[in-house]
Amino acid sequence: MSYLTDIFLIALGAALINNFVLYYFVGICPFVGVSRRVEMAFGMGCAVTFVMTIAAFLCWILTTFVLMPGAPLSKWVAGFFVSADVAAGIDLTILSYIVYIFVIASSVQFVEMYVRKFFPVLYSSFGVFLPLITTNCAILFACLMIMSNIVGVDNPADAWDLGRALTLAIFGGVGFIIAIVIMAGIREDLELCDIPKPFQGVAITLIVGGILAMAFMGFTGVDSGLRNAMIPM
Amino acid sequence: MADQPTATERFIQGILPENPVYRQLLGLCATLAVSNNMKAALTMAASVTFVLLCANVVTSLIRNLLKPHLRIVVFTLTIATFVTIADRFLAAYLYQMSKTLGPYIPLIIVNCIIICRCEVCASKQSVFTAASDAIGQSLGFALALSSIAAIREILGTGMFFGLRVLPAAWPDWVIMALPPGAFLTFGLMLAAINWISSNK
Repeated sequence: MSYLTDIFLIALGAALINNFVLYYFVGICPFVGVSRRVEMAFGMGCAVTFVMTIAAFLCWILTTFVLMPGAPLSKWVAGFFVSADVAAGIDLTILSYIVYIFVIASSVQFVEMYVRKFFPVLYSSFGVFLPLITTNCAILFACLMIMSNIVGVDNPADAWDLGRALTLAIFGGVGFIIAIVIMAGIREDLELCDIPKPFQGVAITLIVGGILAMAFMGFTGVDSGLRNAMIPM
Repeated sequence: MADQPTATERFIQGILPENPVYRQLLGLCATLAVSNNMKAALTMAASVTFVLLCANVVTSLIRNLLKPHLRIVVFTLTIATFVTIADRFLAAYLYQMSKTLGPYIPLIIVNCIIICRCEVCASKQSVFTAASDAIGQSLGFALALSSIAAIREILGTGMFFGLRVLPAAWPDWVIMALPPGAFLTFGLMLAAINWISSNK
């Protein structure tokens, strides 16, 4: 499979087929909480995509050079303290969750400072939602997916490079924007509807989300079809 | 802090009056993702209980040392440590289950229930109260998760805990075991609970 085909399939898979919100259920909190107005949903989606890209970049670098078994940087550092064959077997993946959450928290902090300095209007419109991106599962989920495609693979040649990791993060974010903007558009109209009292609020949002997820299930199978069409048998 | 609820009140509040899933709408990702069969749901609930209990106790022990602007970072790092322990434990003793749950065990780190309980209760009250709050909230979470999982597993596959309960002629509602079923079941349950509590 050529590299570009692979990139294209990862992008399509992350954005539509295995949509982060509607297939993996990550990032449900902003999907329910910040989807009242289209502009706000779009802003939130862009912020999440941006942070996700930065976090995926850092996670890929840390995993490849520091955390994974036999990573070059940790092997080099350990070489000063222990013999070379012990250093080659060093495996820091047990620390990966702590490292990832630390990377995400600090990149959110960085983005917050940057936005406050250069885009004060955008900053005030985000309010409390910007720090909340730290606890957005979608970002940690993207990092974990990248990790599972670097550390767990049998053949080292199949491990993802930086380009694949960034594609997953950017298009996962695009999928998040698509889902949350569609949801916000529906909710703007729902406010004018006569909804039975028990269903008002989150309940109807979840049911609409279920119908959306059903619609997105229509993309299932596109993946294998494309794979067969693009790779001559 | 005279008006803080006591340990018993915290425990009871967690189960129904302030159920983390149905009342506070926290931890929705895990609720939706692992509720397609009972075994996975109960394993998930057990992991959350372990992490929540440990995180609450540790937070409560260090609550006088916490600096206000650094507390969220401290909470997250504490939680991440215990999630790593839980994840390694599952991988060692319940390998198949840990494969099934996949990334949702590490995602406990960003589960809002735990951060919320650390913030609301553990960082303000004594260790005993924090522990009973953790157990109450975890029971509430387990109750909510297993109620959704029971509906989804029975309707989706005709089985309960992997044993067949509906007759073989039952046409499996596969949609209930797939992602849309999670949204629909949870939405309908939420509406039902709103309806019951507004009729009281």
